[in-house]
Amino acid sequence: MRVPLSWLLEYAPVGLAPDDDAGVAEMARRLTACGLEVESVERVGQDISGVVVAEVLDVEELTGFNKPIRYCAVSTGDGQDRHVICGATNFAAGARVPLALPGAVLPGGFEIGARKTYGKVSEGMICAVDELAIGDDHTGILVLPPDVPLGIDFIEYAGLRDVVFDVNVTPDKGFALSVRGIARELAIAYDVPFTDPAETGLPADALEVSAAVYPASIADPTGCDRFVLREVLGCDPSAPVPLRMRVRLARAGQRSVSLAVDVTNYLMLELGQPLHAYDKARLSGPIVVRRATSGEKLETIDHIVRELVPDDIVISDSTGPIGLAGTMGGVESEVSDSTRDLVLEAGHFSARGVARMSRRHRLGSEASARFERGVDSELQRRACARATVMLAEFGGGTAVPGCTYAHVDVEPVTITMAAGYPDRVAGLAYGLDTVQTRLRQVGCLVEVEPGVARDGGVTLRVTPPSWRPDLTDPADLAEEVIRLEGYQNIPVRDVRATAGRGLTASQRLRRAAGRALAYHGFVEVVSHAFMSAADFDKLQLPAGDPRRSAVRLSNPLTDDEPFMRTTLLAGLLRTLARNVGRGMPDVALYEFGLVFHARPDEAPFAPILPVDHGPSEADTAELAAALPDQPLHVGVVLAGNAEPPGWWGPGRQAGWQDAVEAARIVLRSARVAFEVRADQREPWHPGRCAAVVMLDGEREVLVGHAGELHPRAIAALGLPARTAAMELDFSAIERVADTLGPVQAPPLSSYPVAVQDVALVVAQGVPAADVERALLAGAAEVGDIRLESLNLFDIYTGGQIGDGNKSLAYTLRFRAPDRTLTAEEASAARDAAVAEAARRTGAVLRGAN
Amino acid sequence: MSAPNKSYDPVEVAALSPGELERAQAGALAAIAAATDLDELKAARIAHAGDRAPISLARAEIGALPPAARAEAGKRVGATRAVIIQALALRQAELESERDRRVLVDEAVDVSLPWDRTLAGARHPVTTVGERLADVFVDMGYEIAEGPEVEAEWYNFDALNFPPDHPARDSYDTIFVASPDGRERSGVVLRTHTSPVQIRAMLTRPLPLYVVSPGKCYRTDTLDATHSPVFHQIECLAVDEGLTMADLRGAINAFVAAMFGEGLRTRLRPDYFPFTEPSADVSMECHVCRGASTKPGAPPCRVCRSQGWIEIAGCGMVNPRVLVACGIDPDRYSGFAFGLGIERSVMIRHGVADIRETIEGDMRFSRAFGTEA
Repeated sequence: MRVPLSWLLEYAPVGLAPDDDAGVAEMARRLTACGLEVESVERVGQDISGVVVAEVLDVEELTGFNKPIRYCAVSTGDGQDRHVICGATNFAAGARVPLALPGAVLPGGFEIGARKTYGKVSEGMICAVDELAIGDDHTGILVLPPDVPLGIDFIEYAGLRDVVFDVNVTPDKGFALSVRGIARELAIAYDVPFTDPAETGLPADALEVSAAVYPASIADPTGCDRFVLREVLGCDPSAPVPLRMRVRLARAGQRSVSLAVDVTNYLMLELGQPLHAYDKARLSGPIVVRRATSGEKLETIDHIVRELVPDDIVISDSTGPIGLAGTMGGVESEVSDSTRDLVLEAGHFSARGVARMSRRHRLGSEASARFERGVDSELQRRACARATVMLAEFGGGTAVPGCTYAHVDVEPVTITMAAGYPDRVAGLAYGLDTVQTRLRQVGCLVEVEPGVARDGGVTLRVTPPSWRPDLTDPADLAEEVIRLEGYQNIPVRDVRATAGRGLTASQRLRRAAGRALAYHGFVEVVSHAFMSAADFDKLQLPAGDPRRSAVRLSNPLTDDEPFMRTTLLAGLLRTLARNVGRGMPDVALYEFGLVFHARPDEAPFAPILPVDHGPSEADTAELAAALPDQPLHVGVVLAGNAEPPGWWGPGRQAGWQDAVEAARIVLRSARVAFEVRADQREPWHPGRCAAVVMLDGEREVLVGHAGELHPRAIAALGLPARTAAMELDFSAIERVADTLGPVQAPPLSSYPVAVQDVALVVAQGVPAADVERALLAGAAEVGDIRLESLNLFDIYTGGQIGDGNKSLAYTLRFRAPDRTLTAEEASAARDAAVAEAARRTGAVLRGAN
Repeated sequence: MSAPNKSYDPVEVAALSPGELERAQAGALAAIAAATDLDELKAARIAHAGDRAPISLARAEIGALPPAARAEAGKRVGATRAVIIQALALRQAELESERDRRVLVDEAVDVSLPWDRTLAGARHPVTTVGERLADVFVDMGYEIAEGPEVEAEWYNFDALNFPPDHPARDSYDTIFVASPDGRERSGVVLRTHTSPVQIRAMLTRPLPLYVVSPGKCYRTDTLDATHSPVFHQIECLAVDEGLTMADLRGAINAFVAAMFGEGLRTRLRPDYFPFTEPSADVSMECHVCRGASTKPGAPPCRVCRSQGWIEIAGCGMVNPRVLVACGIDPDRYSGFAFGLGIERSVMIRHGVADIRETIEGDMRFSRAFGTEA
């Protein structure tokens, strides 16, 4: 909320001049410290000088120009006539106007001098509203009332020199969306007496109810509990808005519209009570505050026709809805430039109701912002009475005595609080007096209950004021005390260490796996979390693939991406393409992130549980049943070179091997047993796709796939040829890794190693992994001899071993725990390994046949 | 070799004469000195210390001498031979070291040549800074709690004291999951903050409770330099008997010291969050200029925009209503919470000007941070 300093000082008389920069800064600091954050401080009107009040003595219309040009004689009352050129025509001789004398400075540092123009010498300028920065009106000269003394300083007269605070009001502090609320806080902060504007300038009949005023009733007490109408008859619709009011509205960021609208806006800003003015001639029948009925429509003053729903709170007359309560009025009953008889409305509407309505209709207004945050429930008759007084005075109308007052009794809120509670929240002893004083300062009625409270102190019975509907709990009251006493005075108590258990195994594992990938050249990214229907197709996912069972969003960020990702690959591959597009063809990326699978048995709706007690296990189970599966996945994508070329020679193209190795890197960091097998799954190349299977005891757990992407997927996604990818269900890995005990150290033998090379001929289709596993299994059968390592050092295909075969050459390294192996022992171990390979895979020792 | 001859006169055995031996020695030393490389020295060794060398032949003649003469002749031959062998060894060492010098010089390489044959990997700063932030709390005894990103509204809002019509629950701010049967509201959202993890922790962990929860959050913010609809938060929550705002301030100060440096002042100012009461926003003294940029005439500070303070977090005492919704007795327990954006921390700590760089996945961005930030 933008609020001028001068307006605040009217009700909180802190002695402060607008040009006292240090004092203004201190005021901003104090407001911020009490919870009204001053976002900016703007000096206004302080760069203007040399503008005085003058009278137009004579007007000479110059001819021969393509627009009206007037040569005016003006006087400031010092007996010296001046002449100015002016293009406006909204004044006549005798009008009093602001005159910028030669040497004057107007807003923006615009200097006025005597100059020759249109064949005459213009000794200054008579000013329009926009030239004085008090509005955007440039349709004519600002004509002042005839009784303004000549020659006086116009800047002083109009109150132009000021400071405007822009206060960011948090949603709980509805009272601070007004000069009244901010001035009250200011008075507390400076310990000066506060004058309540709601009790200022009231007529004697402010609270009186009269049957003579336009009738109204409340049909739905859940939507409205106070509804006040007043009438002012015979107003002059062209009556000018008093200059100071106009200036203040401008400072607060409100455009001047008409006297009726400006008065309602002015009082809304001053008091926080939104008001609405109706053209009485355009109302018919009694006004009723009710819920809308289906099918009703209303054209609001922004000229949008709104389809109403039964939850909307409307103001209606016999013709139907004439306004959205507390949000916006309708065009039909709007005041116009011919309106003479006014009906003024001040209501107190349901905060929830207005909030829902303004959001439903995408219609936020100054009024709805206030009602949503809470308006003083005792302000309606006062605000309406003041509006009546002002309109009668400024518009020359007649106020009809008394008001229509429809109201519903509302139980006042009282809060009992141990007087020591704020101390316990803050960690600081304020004492009973301070607590009571602070609560009374914000307007609470505070009584000490007889007897002793549970904590040994006294109990306070606190009735918050009508303008603080946000105060409902002891915690709210504690906050009032603590903020007014100053957050800066809260002591600092050093942290007491608690007995934490550190990271869980899974949390450590995630970090380890991420580091392992990074050390192997992969770059971590945070990729896009959403998917489009087209993404599933581009990834070549067949119909019925579980990755097509995605969680759908009702209001996605972009309409064509309504799904939560079911695979990391869509986002990762997009990021890969972006890097390639930015001139980095060698890409290796990884990501850890949740993917989301809609569950077939998912409950359609997560209930909103009560909040006045903790949920039962059945309650939380019900919530859990409505949530999708959200496993953590890890994915990598690669393209271009895995190893760059250089002075050492050519590079190495990234491929399926790197993707599969990335899976091994992750699984090795988790220490889980696994196998890599050929598989077929989209979006991978059917001949270059590996399934990664964890071995959890007897159980096999498929954790994901790796390999080169399918050429169709590569084409559809616009990726470099041979792009490779891996994706694993890391949550599944965590579950198995969690069951592993600590690593058990292997016995290390210091006896010599016995090295044996074997070349095994197998059919092309036999996976090397099977041969390797068989060799290991066979060697394990040979007493205490350990096959310490085996290394595939050559793969040969060619005529010598027959078509459809391949030769796999391994180096086997055997060792015994307690002796040097003899040649016979080493050969026997080798033979046992080869025999098992022969049994399992049909391997034949090369050269042995 | 001749047979022993008792009447043999050593003087008459020419090879053993002192003159001959001197000549042999002089010839050997001259040849050794003249050898300019190891091959020449090898030839000299064969010629002057080999089996056919004069000194070797002389030694073979010793046996032919009468026993009485053998000792003296042996001594003479031995001494001569020792001189030759020593000279050979010396020269050998000289020539070897010369050769080594030459070879090692020949083998010298340009050690500044690049050998980056693998690509540089990196972790994302949101990960590494997130870990650091979490570890500060873990070191204080907190445990890391995690929760789902697709979350029930009750956890994300109701239990955190957001009333049913709170504006944050509007589709303007929150992304909702569509219900499979087309109902208006599924009661499921993409979590808008990590605070629902607080609720889950309070419902599942024993008291007292000290947890920290980092994680990804979603809001319908429009992507610009400082806002991202997908971002990461980290929040700490303490629930114990007798916790006050003084404890909250202590935790904040410890956190700021660990993350940004010792001795930085912190400041709380009133703010509003439904789930804390009282609530505050936390600012810390700018860790770069330490307030110096606010002095007249001082150079401007890019990090705090010469404000001297940087807003880093929101915090407050857990609203007793939140405790009640979790079945915790607010008369016995109190709690505090504070949370901050991880991207914002990355931006403050590492001078990132545009939040979009954290989600675009440009490798140059992550690589600049290496594996630990």
